[in-house]
Amino acid sequence: MDVLKIATAGSVDDGKSTLIGRLLFETNSITTDKLEAIMASSKKKGLDYVDLSLLTDGLIAEREQGITIDVAHIYFSTPKRKFIIADTPGHFEYTRNMVTGASNANVSMILVDARNGVVEQTFRHFYISCLLRIPNVVVCVNKMDLVDYDQTTFEEIKNAFMDFAEKVRFPGQEISFIPVSSLYGENLVHQSAHMPWYNDAPLLSLLEAIPLEQHLSEEPSRFPVQYVVRPKSEEFHDYRAYAGKVASGLLRKGERVVVLPSGQETTIARIEKFGREIEAAQAKESVNVMLQDDVDISRGDMIVPLSQLPQQSRQLEATICWMDKKPLRAGSTYLLQHGVNTSRAKVSALSNLIEVVTLGADSTVSELKLNEIADVQLKTAKEVFYDSFAENRANGAFILIDEGTNSTVGVGLIK
Amino acid sequence: MATHNTAFPRELEDEAIYILREVAAQFEKPVLLFSGGKDSITLVRLAQKAFYPAKIPFPLLHVDTGHNFEETIRFRDELVEELGLELIVRYVQDSIDQQKVVEETGKYASRNVLQTVTLLDAIEEFGFDACIGGARRDEEKARAKERIFSVRNDFGQWDAKKQRPELFDMLNGRISLGENVRVFPISNWTELDVWNYIREEQLAIPSIYYSHERETFERDGQILPYSSFMMVSEDEPVSTRMVRFRTVGDMTCTAAVESTAIVIEDIIAEILSATVSERGARIDDKRSEAAMEKRKQAGYF
Repeated sequence: MDVLKIATAGSVDDGKSTLIGRLLFETNSITTDKLEAIMASSKKKGLDYVDLSLLTDGLIAEREQGITIDVAHIYFSTPKRKFIIADTPGHFEYTRNMVTGASNANVSMILVDARNGVVEQTFRHFYISCLLRIPNVVVCVNKMDLVDYDQTTFEEIKNAFMDFAEKVRFPGQEISFIPVSSLYGENLVHQSAHMPWYNDAPLLSLLEAIPLEQHLSEEPSRFPVQYVVRPKSEEFHDYRAYAGKVASGLLRKGERVVVLPSGQETTIARIEKFGREIEAAQAKESVNVMLQDDVDISRGDMIVPLSQLPQQSRQLEATICWMDKKPLRAGSTYLLQHGVNTSRAKVSALSNLIEVVTLGADSTVSELKLNEIADVQLKTAKEVFYDSFAENRANGAFILIDEGTNSTVGVGLIK
Repeated sequence: MATHNTAFPRELEDEAIYILREVAAQFEKPVLLFSGGKDSITLVRLAQKAFYPAKIPFPLLHVDTGHNFEETIRFRDELVEELGLELIVRYVQDSIDQQKVVEETGKYASRNVLQTVTLLDAIEEFGFDACIGGARRDEEKARAKERIFSVRNDFGQWDAKKQRPELFDMLNGRISLGENVRVFPISNWTELDVWNYIREEQLAIPSIYYSHERETFERDGQILPYSSFMMVSEDEPVSTRMVRFRTVGDMTCTAAVESTAIVIEDIIAEILSATVSERGARIDDKRSEAAMEKRKQAGYF
């Protein structure tokens, strides 16, 4: 059974949480006790309808203000697949939480209020979806009931969105549009009777049909070593294996590989999962790898095929999305975590602050504030073994950690 | 519930193993919180797989409220014995005797809230820097908001507004002295995923998950196990029913469901057709709409 990960996006009040609530409701994924609880809460708040957003706005502060502050993860399944929805906040203030929710998504589902059309946050969220190379974007034009299910309104929004999208989308990114009403469940699970002019599939059918990324296994294989397994027990006295999760590609038994950073060449002798031998391990599989030769390997090293080496450098160029209240300044030092490899890193230059709506770039940047996006150059203390994010999502991103607060303060996508 | 497909999505296992290995690599002194319930049994299996053929490189910690199902304790001891694990038990009764907490009184008295103090004391006593727990995001709406690596301050508190961004699969476990991280490797699993995993892995579980005869009484529309730990009034007649438990917690806050499920396939069929959620049988969640978030702020897992 496969899993499709969806991240919602869109401006505040575009109805993200309501849409998810409705989707759960229509697929019978809400149990009666949960439904009764939100019915009671809706009544207590003086509402004359059931506020389905209460299902996902799980924090006290969110229910108080009627907004989403942090990502909620919602689960449901149909006979076709399991779905994980990251319901992300719409406020600009919480963009970093939106990025958190979107970073693992296969699909970005962007909501637009039919009455307001595309707004700044629509652009920003689409821009971030492109930056994160999310392969599928589904634009739900919501609240169609409030514009009399008017086709022209829908088409205008679609055109306005595409005018912007054409400038930033990447090759192969799929963009689809659906007119919906979350409040009444129009075009979510069933075809809407109010919009006979829309002939494509309703939202759920579309989500069920989205192909999962096949290319992960076609990319060069990257095996970051996470942990060295050395039981030193009587039974497994000489056992030594390198545990990790295949980041991308296919790791095969018998393949000639290089261990980075030492550069030593060897051969994959055996791949195991819980003691059972397998011939090959796919992207995202957690395995134990054993090598032909005794090589010095520790956590953070990477095993790669001799024929497909990654970039190897102490200088990185990346696009950064900043996530901390304390701004990023050139000259500052952070801890850089790339996969399971960490190194101290210094920001050597800052440029091209992105103005998301106009797509203008300010080339002289002195600092990067919370939720802003710009290009940086970094110098690392240790070598980093990377691919460009555009070519290999799994080996092209890093986070920056503030050594004073230990907090994750930024995400970088390597050029 | 309209969930039909009963194959376990294997990528969830790979993800959980990756998380457990990150814990072993990033922390000095991790511990696995073990309650004897299905979620912590699943965690033990995942930890076994993550480090095989080496032993699980951290102990288990059971915070014992004293109000246990004896079947669970027996199961716990057998599992620890069989797998050669290290088990630490700390007792809520000791926290009460040391007057650190005051036993609740009345009809709804439970030790569920009190166990937080015992847990925090144990964390301090052993200097644990990472506590691995079996909480899942689908259980409850505050849990749905929590990160996989959830940083707690030196009072064990969760601050929902200050969560670290968690990007891609990169887990940042850096903390200051005194802080700890709660780690939830099965965050993305649903109740059904856990049961399908138990079935596919053929894991043993305590007998109270299966249908059995038990002395019970009704309260607030729920069937509760009769025990000496609870005040039962005269208008709550005790009778024998065929029941099973969907979750295993403290006896005073875990409701039973009437069931004839004798094999795991029966349990899965029951969950597929259930109209009440798993935590619908947890009285501890019903105290208020924000019961879970408030307990987490106080240091609960």
